[in-house]
Amino acid sequence: MAGPVQSIERAAAILRLLAGGPRRLGLGEVASSLGLAKGTAHGILRTLQHVDFVEQDEATGKYQLGAALLHLGTSYLDVNDLRSRSINWADALAARSGEAVRLGTPLEGRVLVIHHVFRPDDTLQTLDVGSLLPLHASSLGKVLLAYGTAALEPVLESELEAYTRHTLVTAEQLTRALGEVRELGWAAEVQEMSMGEAGVAAPIRGHGGLVVGAIGLSGPVERICDSQGRPRPSLITLLREAARAISRDLGATRW
Amino acid sequence: MAERYVMSIDQGTNSTRCILFDNHGRLVSVVQREHEQHFPKPGWVEHDAVEIWRNLQRIVPEALSDVGVGAENIAAIGLANQRETTVLWDRRTGEPLGRAIVWQDTRTAPLVDELNLRPGETFFLDRCALPPSTYFSALRIRWLFDHVSGLEQRAIDGEVLFGTIETWLIWNMTGGADGGLHITDATNASRTMLMNIHTLAWDDELLSFFGVPRVMLPEIRSSAEDYGEAGGLLPGVRITAALGDQQAALFGQTCFSPGEAKCTYGTGSFLLLNTGNEVVRSRHGLLATVAYKIGEQPPVYALEGSIAVTGSLVQWFRDRLGLINNAPEIETLARTVEDNGGCYIVPAFSGLFAPRWRSDARGVIVGLTSYITKGHLARAVLEATGWQTREVVDAMNADFPVPLKQLKVDGGMTADNLLMQFVADVLDVPVVRPMVAETVSLGAAYAAGLAAGYWSDLEVLRRHWHRAGQWMPDMDPEHRESEYDNWQRAVERSLGWIRPPATS
Repeated sequence: MAGPVQSIERAAAILRLLAGGPRRLGLGEVASSLGLAKGTAHGILRTLQHVDFVEQDEATGKYQLGAALLHLGTSYLDVNDLRSRSINWADALAARSGEAVRLGTPLEGRVLVIHHVFRPDDTLQTLDVGSLLPLHASSLGKVLLAYGTAALEPVLESELEAYTRHTLVTAEQLTRALGEVRELGWAAEVQEMSMGEAGVAAPIRGHGGLVVGAIGLSGPVERICDSQGRPRPSLITLLREAARAISRDLGATRW
Repeated sequence: MAERYVMSIDQGTNSTRCILFDNHGRLVSVVQREHEQHFPKPGWVEHDAVEIWRNLQRIVPEALSDVGVGAENIAAIGLANQRETTVLWDRRTGEPLGRAIVWQDTRTAPLVDELNLRPGETFFLDRCALPPSTYFSALRIRWLFDHVSGLEQRAIDGEVLFGTIETWLIWNMTGGADGGLHITDATNASRTMLMNIHTLAWDDELLSFFGVPRVMLPEIRSSAEDYGEAGGLLPGVRITAALGDQQAALFGQTCFSPGEAKCTYGTGSFLLLNTGNEVVRSRHGLLATVAYKIGEQPPVYALEGSIAVTGSLVQWFRDRLGLINNAPEIETLARTVEDNGGCYIVPAFSGLFAPRWRSDARGVIVGLTSYITKGHLARAVLEATGWQTREVVDAMNADFPVPLKQLKVDGGMTADNLLMQFVADVLDVPVVRPMVAETVSLGAAYAAGLAAGYWSDLEVLRRHWHRAGQWMPDMDPEHRESEYDNWQRAVERSLGWIRPPATS
């Protein structure tokens, strides 16, 4: 078994040091307190700064703990809390778009449906909260994979099940599709899970922009997509507005 | 032509909200402002009526600018309000004579005890269909007359006006001391204990019993009719509806036919059942109340069952026990176990309300064993809301010939899937959630739009109602009955805990 990683031990010591004192510390103080060469301490501090665990005061050049570190323990968002905070926006999205709305979060390599709003046409529909969808063949799942909310590696390493002839079944296809999702800011799934059905989804962000879940619309392909088989821009606009509104409520200030 | 909207003003216990709805009944903009809660003594709850009026003056223009429209885009205004809260003010200056006494305020409790002894509740039930309770406005007026020197004489002399909150706001919106309309609607008036439930007029016997001079009372109008113009606040726009908040929710849920019911799940919960044009005198602990009166049409009545502690039990679980960080987490915790493990919580924090009305009850947790975890307690918390709903529905089914076929729900707790499924399971009827959660505001908007001709009839409104979710009953009948039996035995153990004061 490998021993402890020295640089991580040193980084932890620096964080403890910064957390322990009431004031900001300069590079020299950090180095001498921990018996490190200035160059070593500087390298570690810069790395910690890069991941937002440490902040440097512009005027004095001294260091203090970063905001990201403070949120580290509180980023966990309960799925029932997420539903409760999304419910009004999800209702409004269903009312305006005329389509069914679902919210999803990752669970054990699949998408857990945590909220479902019926398509507003009063036809017989069944709540499917608690059901599981495939990550690679649903628009909700693609969003969760694209933004790292669900782990990608296990999906790429496993065999991707073909639900229809449109399902993305190779690692290359999926990786390329996820790149597009990140570029566009939303994901689509057109007849990839079942023929005749399509869906679009967008990320829901929490504190610091971390993607905590996905919200999506789904329905018959001819309603979700235009005659060229592309998702209708009007639906995408409504969807992204709803996703942004929920994200703002969750404290994602920049979205 | 620019789109026109209906403006709804929901003056609630904690905040005042202004919401615009479009022609499809969809929410377009929401602005709200909280007001201060004053607790001058234990059991006393007061609001500053002037603060509420100022808040309204702020949020109305904000709601318009949010959508980028002006008064000319507003087809009508409707109000929904916290019920029974009592304001007295000076007719000439418009200054409130003290703070508004809020519906939760229990300062009139000794008077309630007196009235129950003499003349007894039948006297009141015959006339206003309400038993004496600290809720209702008449007792507050009496209390003020007995505790503020000179007030009663000033009222007799015609210097003082009484109103519930909608009366106060409409009076101010229509000109205040300068010719403001002094009116209320039949739903609000039905909560004063001064209105005759059959004639919808102030009842002479009740007025003389409480010593309330008629000159201080507002004119009772329909819930939906053209009241007047909203003066300086929205020039040219007509105020065309007012309803108490729970009645507004019934209307917003489009429960227009006898036998249709809704339950609003909040801190407490309010179940209202449309009973049509007949006043049903409950023999099972429910209240008869006016549901709405549209223009010249005959009034529609409702049976009401209120449950004091539902959402507030979850808050207690969060704030006092600290077992969860936020209210929705109760579902997460409850799902860590399969069932309640034999544990039941009866949240009779201040006695039991409908249908039992037992002020001597206090909360109990029964069935504790070393097996019980916080997960079981979380289940018991949610189930308490389900069983209390069942008791009210049982009372309604006993009082009214049309049994409940489905329950329409709204309010914050409808986000809890486990709870909604449990409610469906124990009622053995489908539980449905509408797409617009803001049913109180929507109801006021619907009534206002109807009176203004923005919507043509109730059928149009019905078509706006869409199911957002539905929970179907899925519980073995034998299991349901044995659990209900356990719940009832738990309730028995909560009764009689508070001893009557020792007589010397």
